[in-house]
This record gives sequence, C-alpha cells and structure tokens, in this order.
Amino acid sequence: MIVYTFNRTMDGLLTAVFDAFARKEQPEALLTEGDELPLFCDYIYKVVADEEKAQRVWTGLEKRLTGEAMKLISVSWLSELQELNTPLFRYICKVFRQGDIARNFADPDVLAVTNIARKVMHEQLRMKQFIRFQKAKDGTYLAVISPDHNVLSLITDHFQDRFNDQPWLIYDARRHYGYYYDGKADAVRITFEDESSVPFSLADGQLSDQVLSSDDQLLQDLWRTYFKAICIRERLNPRKQLSDMPRRYWKYLTEKQTTKH
Amino acid sequence: MLTEKTLEKLKILTESAKYDVSCSSSGIVRKGKQGMVGNTVGGMGICHSFADDGRCISLLKVMLTNYCMYDCAYCINRRSNDIPRATLSVTELEEITMEFYRRNYIEGLFLSSGVVRNPDYTMERLTAIVRDLRTKHHFNGYIHLKSIPGASQEMLQEAGRYADRMSVNIEIPKEESLKLLAPEKSHKSVFQPMALIQQGVLENKEDRKKYRHAPRFVPAGQSTQMIVGATKETDRDILDMSSKLYAQPTMRRVYYSGYVSVNTYDPRLPVLKQPPLVRENRLYQADWLLRFYHFKVDEIVDEQHTNLDLEVDPKLAWALRHPEYFPVNINTADYEQLLRVPGLGTKSAWLIVNSRRFSRLKSDDLKKMGVVMKKAKYFITCNELKPVFSEPVHGINELTPEGLRPLLVSKAEKKRAAEEQQLEIDFTE
Repeated sequence: MIVYTFNRTMDGLLTAVFDAFARKEQPEALLTEGDELPLFCDYIYKVVADEEKAQRVWTGLEKRLTGEAMKLISVSWLSELQELNTPLFRYICKVFRQGDIARNFADPDVLAVTNIARKVMHEQLRMKQFIRFQKAKDGTYLAVISPDHNVLSLITDHFQDRFNDQPWLIYDARRHYGYYYDGKADAVRITFEDESSVPFSLADGQLSDQVLSSDDQLLQDLWRTYFKAICIRERLNPRKQLSDMPRRYWKYLTEKQTTKH
Repeated sequence: MLTEKTLEKLKILTESAKYDVSCSSSGIVRKGKQGMVGNTVGGMGICHSFADDGRCISLLKVMLTNYCMYDCAYCINRRSNDIPRATLSVTELEEITMEFYRRNYIEGLFLSSGVVRNPDYTMERLTAIVRDLRTKHHFNGYIHLKSIPGASQEMLQEAGRYADRMSVNIEIPKEESLKLLAPEKSHKSVFQPMALIQQGVLENKEDRKKYRHAPRFVPAGQSTQMIVGATKETDRDILDMSSKLYAQPTMRRVYYSGYVSVNTYDPRLPVLKQPPLVRENRLYQADWLLRFYHFKVDEIVDEQHTNLDLEVDPKLAWALRHPEYFPVNINTADYEQLLRVPGLGTKSAWLIVNSRRFSRLKSDDLKKMGVVMKKAKYFITCNELKPVFSEPVHGINELTPEGLRPLLVSKAEKKRAAEEQQLEIDFTE
C-alpha cells in the first residue's frame, strides 16, 4: 500500500494529484502529516505543496468537469473534515483517468465527496436560518457563530444582499475570524488581535450592556414572547424541533436564551 | 414606539394567529435592491426557527386585531368567545416587522386580521400596512397577506401590488359543513376572492410581456388551508378539493390543519383529546404525491378507500394495492416508474438515474446512496443474480401484499394509528 502525506491545504492536495501522475503511482490514501499510518504500509511519500503544480491540476479539472462539479469540490473542502482527504484525492485522480464522473454516485469516492459537500451546504443554510443579530449603539449589527464547517464565506453574499443598508459583523468564534460589512463596500475578512477585549461574549454571542443599543433588549423580549406564543401546546413535538434545530446551535439563539434584566 | 405593553399585545395576537398553518416564504426570488431592506430567496424559503411544537417559524405570523364580527364555530377568535382581545397600532406592527427582520429573526410578515366593521374596512387597513412597509420602510422581504372574504375587487387589486402571496382559507371542504359551522360564510365568499386574485395575476403576466417593468402582482401565487377532523369530510373529499385547487394556475400550496379543539363547548364540533396528527401527516404525504410524484388523486383515494390508511403512507398503500406494477428494475425503469417505488424519493430517483449511466447498480450501491431499503427491497430488482445469494427471492409478488404488509408496519406506527382511530370513534357519537 502506497500512502501520500500532505500539509492539509488545497494546494497540497492538488500537488499530490500532480505527483501521483508524475510518479506513475496510484496511492490508496492521502493522509495529513502526523496522522496515524495504516497497517500494511509499503512506503510513504511526503508531498510538498507547490502552487504552480496545483494550478495546473485545477485548470485540468476545469476542462474536464462542469462548473457545478467544481463548486462541489470547493464546497466539500470547506468541511475541514479529515475523512474528506482520501476520497477527494482519489476522485480527482479518477477524473483525469475516466473523465467526468461527477454524477456516478455508485463510486464510493464520488459519493463520499458529494455527501460531505451536501453536509456543508446544509450547514450554510442553517447559518442563514439561525444567525441572530443584536444591534449595537453605533448601529452595527453583530452575530456570533461557531459552525462545524467553515461556511462563513458561503453566506456573506446572502447577508450583504439582504441587509445592504445596515453595517454588520458576523464572527466565527471557533475559527477566530469574521466578516465585516460597512453598509456600502463588499464585506471584508477581519480578525481581532486581542480576542479577549472584544465587547461581546464568544460563549453566547451577547453584546455587553455598554454597547448594546437601548431598544435591543425589548426587541429580544418581543421575539421570545412571539416564539412562546406561536407554539400550539396540544401539538408539542420536541423531537421534530431538535431534528430541525439541533441543540448545538441553541447557544446563540435569542429565543433559547433567557431574558437578562 | 415599542413599549412593554406591546409585549402583551403581541402575545395575544400571535396566539390568535397561530392556528393558521401556512408559513412558507417560498415561490419568489427577488434580489436585494439599493435603498431597500431585504430579499427573498425562493426555493424552499428559509425557516428561521422551530417552535416547541416542531413547526417552522419563517414569517412573523400575527393578526392586526383579533376582534371579529363573525362567529365561526371552529375559530378561536369567534365573536362569542371570551378571550383577551387586542389591536396593534399600524406603527407598532411596522416597527416590529422591520426590527425583527433586521435581526434575521424572520423572512417577512404574514398578516391577517379579524373582520371589524366590514370586510372592506378591514382589508383597507391591512393594505395600508403592506403599502407602508413597501413604500415608507422600503421593505423588500416576503409579505403574505390574508385576504378578507367579501372584500371588494379594488381593495384586492391594490393589496396584491404589495404582497408576495395572498391566501383565502377554505377551511371546510364541503359547503354544507361550512354552512353548519359558519352560517355567515359560504364557499362563494372564498372562491370569489380566489378567482379575483388569480385574474389579477394572469392579467399582470400579460402586462409584463408588454412592459417589462410593470409592477408585479402577487408573484408568489396563492395558498389556502383546510381544517381536518372538525367535520365529517373524508380524505377523498379533501384531496379532491386539493387537486381541483392545484389545477388553478396560481394555487401553489394547500395546507391541512389537524383540528385542535379550541371551542369545546360548541355541540356542532367533535371533542378531540388531541389533534388528528397522523391523519394530517398522511394528507401531506398524499399532497406531495400529487405535486411531486405525478400521482392522480383517484390513485390515492377511490370509492373503496375513501380515507387514507393511517398505518402506512399513501405511496406504500398504493403499491400494496398494485402488486402487478412490481418489481421495478432499477437499471432500466424510467424516472416516473422509480418515483412509484416505496422508499424511493425524488432525490434517490435522481441519484439512480444519473449513476446508472456509468455502471449497473446493485442493491449495495442503493443502500450507500441512502435509499430506504427497508421498504424498497420488496419492490425492486437490481443487477444481481439473486438479491441475496443465500436467500430465495422475497418480493411483493412472492410474499403477496397481505403477507408483506405486516413486515412493513412497525408496532409504534400501529399504536399511533390505533390511538387516532379511537379519536374518530369519539367523533361519530
């Protein structure tokens, strides 16, 4: 069994494809450096990420796959899942041997990549659903998220289109970066040098009282009131609620937080 | 200005509005515009939250007022009910909508109202709000407006220019039952506004062919709702009505609302311990078969089967009645045929149709794609000499429908169905 290792970047993965063809090998697995190695390992080849090789592979892919399939590959990469590496690597290799197999879902690698991409797309939808803004005194709207997958870049267009006249900041507490939109120009990626001094809590997304706008607490109460009132008690169905709105998203949800006065 | 008092009013008016089940924000894609707030995403819409009853919260579903001059037996807001009453001021309602929207709580507004003074007066006030939202507050999100039965054509014409979707609820599928429960209403008072809205939409379509920038009229079409279990209508009556409604070009959704015993004192209504949720669920499944699975209504319910089988879903029920249709060969059957297999949904069928161009599919492949083999395995053949080498063939034709049925109904489903049959017995007394 031949195993390649790489540095866990997209460039690294594409370089691995390039090297596999250059070395006329068909490695069975692509692992991250430092991963536990499988049992019957003939030898290990360490891929050195090379931007130029990566670009050549990407261009080659673009010639062979539809735009839809290319998007699917990019999206799957945002999952940040370890178990994506080998299937995605083998899928890309197969495209160069067999052509456009993007819709052959009987192929385990295609199916795995597609399913992971689907998971990512599902979570970006959930962010569009469950992001809750609070308004700061200066008129900026803030939301904190900590999604399982790195989906923030997939949703900024949506929020920029929707709230084009209000400045907002969406911050990924797990990955320590955010996007800020000033109400005019395109949203920009930002990071904080000292995360502990930001005026909001990363644990529950709450803005501190000094910066929260004066009517925001009342609006949060109105929303909680609405959330309680809309439920029909004769039809209680907590299982359905949990499957559509898993508990891991609750910590930033206004309606699931208690009033603070 | 929003105050603590608004909290109480919002609570009362939400509780009055919640029995209307429609909630979707679908049917229209509208990009954001410079100087406006909001967009609509189309497709499935976006659900922003899920209440403790598991229902999605997409729109701010609220009534302008729950005072009402009518006395419909099934309605919580009927004039003779002693419940807290409230009216939101126009500015309050607009402010809540805008502030909720800006915080990403909602996709838009679903506004309805009790009828006060006369239908036109009420409709005018509703129209004023949606007009304000669009012109004063530059709101570009979703608006679903309930049309008041009996409102004049001019009123509807005006309201339709601002709303994305409008709805008139049928509530009761048969007119004689409606007359019994709501003597002041008739089917005419429902179908007339429906026809007017449809006419408006179709005329608008013509206009837009000539003038590309003609303002749109109710672009997301209409929806309606029927109450299930409050009257003696069979599922066949209900689904017949649905399929007639879906034949109208502007009808997008029919909702089914399992009757919640709100007015228990009224002798015209059954007393149900709990709403008929299984039946409601089966009706929605049948509705899906009509809309996405190319089923005809008489394939789902007919003279012998006037009610849906509560123990099994309507597609499985159909399959058990039609063993001659099976087994379906996964590798050769066309898309329409695949859709008829229990356990195969539109997604699985799509995956199969795409994948089999590369290689013949085995049952193992299907399992990995996520097909519900528990049901499907009795109805299909795959690319295998024998389905499983050690076992003889066990398809619907070998087992016979009677033999197969018990294998597919779980104990829990059986119990749920039986409990609900119990409810029905209460009702016929």
